[in-house]
Amino acid sequence: MSTLVAVSRPPAELLLRGAHVIDPNAGIDGAHDVLVRNGEIAEIGAPASLQAPAGAQIVQAEGKHLFPAFVDPHVHLRTPGQEHKEDLETGTRAAAAGGYCAVVAMPNTDPVLDHPALLRGMLMAAQRDARVPVGFMAAISIGLAGGRLSEMSELREVGAVGFTDDGKPVADAGLLRHALRYQRLCGGVLALHEEDPALSRAGVMHEGAVSVELGLAGIPSISESTMVARDSLIAEHEQGRIHFQHLSARSSIDALAAARARGVRASGEVTPHHLLLTDEEVRPLDSNFKMNPPLRTEADRAALVQALRDGTIECIATDHAPHARDEKNVPFEQAPMGTTGLESSFAVLYTELVLPGVIGLQLLLERLTAGARLMDLDVPAIAVGRRANLCLIDLEAHWTIGEAGYESRSSNCCFAGREVRGRNLLTLADGAVAYRERAFALSAA
Amino acid sequence: MRNLVSIEDLDRAAIERIVALATNFGQVADRPIKKLPSLRGRLVINLFYEASTRTRSSFELAAKRLSADVLNLVSSGSSVDKGESLRDTVATLSAYGPDAIVIRSPHAGAPALLAGWTHAAVVNAGDGKHQHPTQALLDCYTLTQRLGSLEGCNIWIVGDVLHSRVARSCIQAFRMLGAQVTVAGPPTLVPDEFAQLGATVAHSLEDLREADVVYALRMQLERMEDSLVPSLREYTTNFQLNARRLGARQLLMHPGPVNRGIELSGEVIDSPQSLITNQVAAGVVVRMAVLYEVLAGAPPETDQPHSQSPALEPQTA
Repeated sequence: MSTLVAVSRPPAELLLRGAHVIDPNAGIDGAHDVLVRNGEIAEIGAPASLQAPAGAQIVQAEGKHLFPAFVDPHVHLRTPGQEHKEDLETGTRAAAAGGYCAVVAMPNTDPVLDHPALLRGMLMAAQRDARVPVGFMAAISIGLAGGRLSEMSELREVGAVGFTDDGKPVADAGLLRHALRYQRLCGGVLALHEEDPALSRAGVMHEGAVSVELGLAGIPSISESTMVARDSLIAEHEQGRIHFQHLSARSSIDALAAARARGVRASGEVTPHHLLLTDEEVRPLDSNFKMNPPLRTEADRAALVQALRDGTIECIATDHAPHARDEKNVPFEQAPMGTTGLESSFAVLYTELVLPGVIGLQLLLERLTAGARLMDLDVPAIAVGRRANLCLIDLEAHWTIGEAGYESRSSNCCFAGREVRGRNLLTLADGAVAYRERAFALSAA
Repeated sequence: MRNLVSIEDLDRAAIERIVALATNFGQVADRPIKKLPSLRGRLVINLFYEASTRTRSSFELAAKRLSADVLNLVSSGSSVDKGESLRDTVATLSAYGPDAIVIRSPHAGAPALLAGWTHAAVVNAGDGKHQHPTQALLDCYTLTQRLGSLEGCNIWIVGDVLHSRVARSCIQAFRMLGAQVTVAGPPTLVPDEFAQLGATVAHSLEDLREADVVYALRMQLERMEDSLVPSLREYTTNFQLNARRLGARQLLMHPGPVNRGIELSGEVIDSPQSLITNQVAAGVVVRMAVLYEVLAGAPPETDQPHSQSPALEPQTA
């Protein structure tokens, strides 16, 4: 039912020589040759053991790392209606550059993706423009207005991955209940942006010492966690399947863990910025640090890292949210919420969590691909017979986020200027080369 | 000093320098001819995105007393109201070659953004609920005039502290000068987080007698609509500063405009312990000092002490 669509490209014929292959899902960790034929992983052998067949290209990958490419269950590609921020082409180019082989786009576009005909149109557009396969979430409610249910079963038949009102909560508990009942008819995960509007009000950042000092209206942690608790109870009652988007607060983690302990079918995602940054970043009033949910305290951040480690949070999502420069270049309170993330996610997480030993590389790779499973999509794996969904990364490379611009149309990255390690050189998505770093050469056999 | 965006841009020495400079300008204010030539030929633009009477008029008067040219732009009736972005407005104004832009904005951080976009000196005349540094400076000046020093002084700031840019700047400035600051009001308007700014938090006026100075804040009607206080009547019962609560030796301040009968009773406003009109008068000389400091002050790279008094010769007509 879920349909992922990209431009049709010639399948890759590649021999990747001598890369250190790590795939926690397939249980590989060591130097190997990997042969890709007709877009599929044809052979995995000892270093220098495989021969390139005629017509195949050779990648000298010694000293580099080959991982299953990542899957992002939460991006904003801004199409239709806001193509000045991003479109399918630029957004998926950013994804490919970041090592992603698939992304799931949110429906808070203009018009909102809430109708089967619109979804058909977007799938056709993705066939023309998307560099890596894109799946689409449809809206839970018409126009994200929180009133009437979208035509969920028909949207699923056309190919919706699932449903979400992302950007807004489903404030009406009765509506969520109906959506969960409808889910039994048509399937598709319900992904929830948790925020009680009565508690977040006009807030622009986390409510705490920093918001009080800056005189900015705050969004308290309980605005998220009370909704996580409420919706867990509703999902439990309806025996539905829900996924909590971009969790930010320690109290939300507690609510999710409690729900899971009761057997509720609930999963959660966390963004790189919530794993690495706190509300202290907001002090200079730089609007690149304005996002929803907001950056919270060090205690929240530490709880998110712990939840990622212990599996309470099962996947990492970037919530890639591009905005044009002019839109962000205004006083903090007026700026739209969101940060880009596709091109920086692996490098910042590797540099700030793996290198200092906070989490292992294998765990990071698992969490960067697990979004696929939670969205009922195939999880990329480096195994013979599977489609080639791979990224080749130079873990030794030092670079600065944003130093050479971005593939994304927008540059509102909260990690801009950070010095990081780990640079993606090559991405294969659904068997085709989706990205190759300009300076990184492939040679003919 | 290049810009004045926040009290955090200053240190104790800088505040004391501005207060001393304002004292000098205060002497001129008593003369028949009140104008000085210090900023002759300089252009000061007042860019006001919020209604303001005393701040805007005192900046205008301050600039004129220093012989600067002044351009006033207020949000109503200008391109600001026609959807032009701050950035574009500033680009337009920069074409006039201003030496200083004084900005009042409903949004925190607007002056800091502006400082990155213009060569002019930027003075914050209030940004959102964030900072109002010249108000805090004029309050420091007013208290210094009256008390000699704020060292060891116990100052209570009472009322809607949460929504007050004046309170944020005053807490920082008063503490820099050695005062102890208590913030008091209902917990909805005085969250405990103010302790992290170095203030003591109180939710009643029980210990108000400890205060040497009581600084009342304006209580706005919309706080009642947000259910932050149940009613103004109830607020006045608990937190109004009146003759019963205020001791005879305690000084009273208010940034204005006063809601007579709400945060302050009529009798204390008009009592001799009230410094409210002194604050208004201080507004002009302190803003003269700030404009002088950012436009004619000693360049920061030299270590020489700032000249004790600027040119005090009255302008020859």
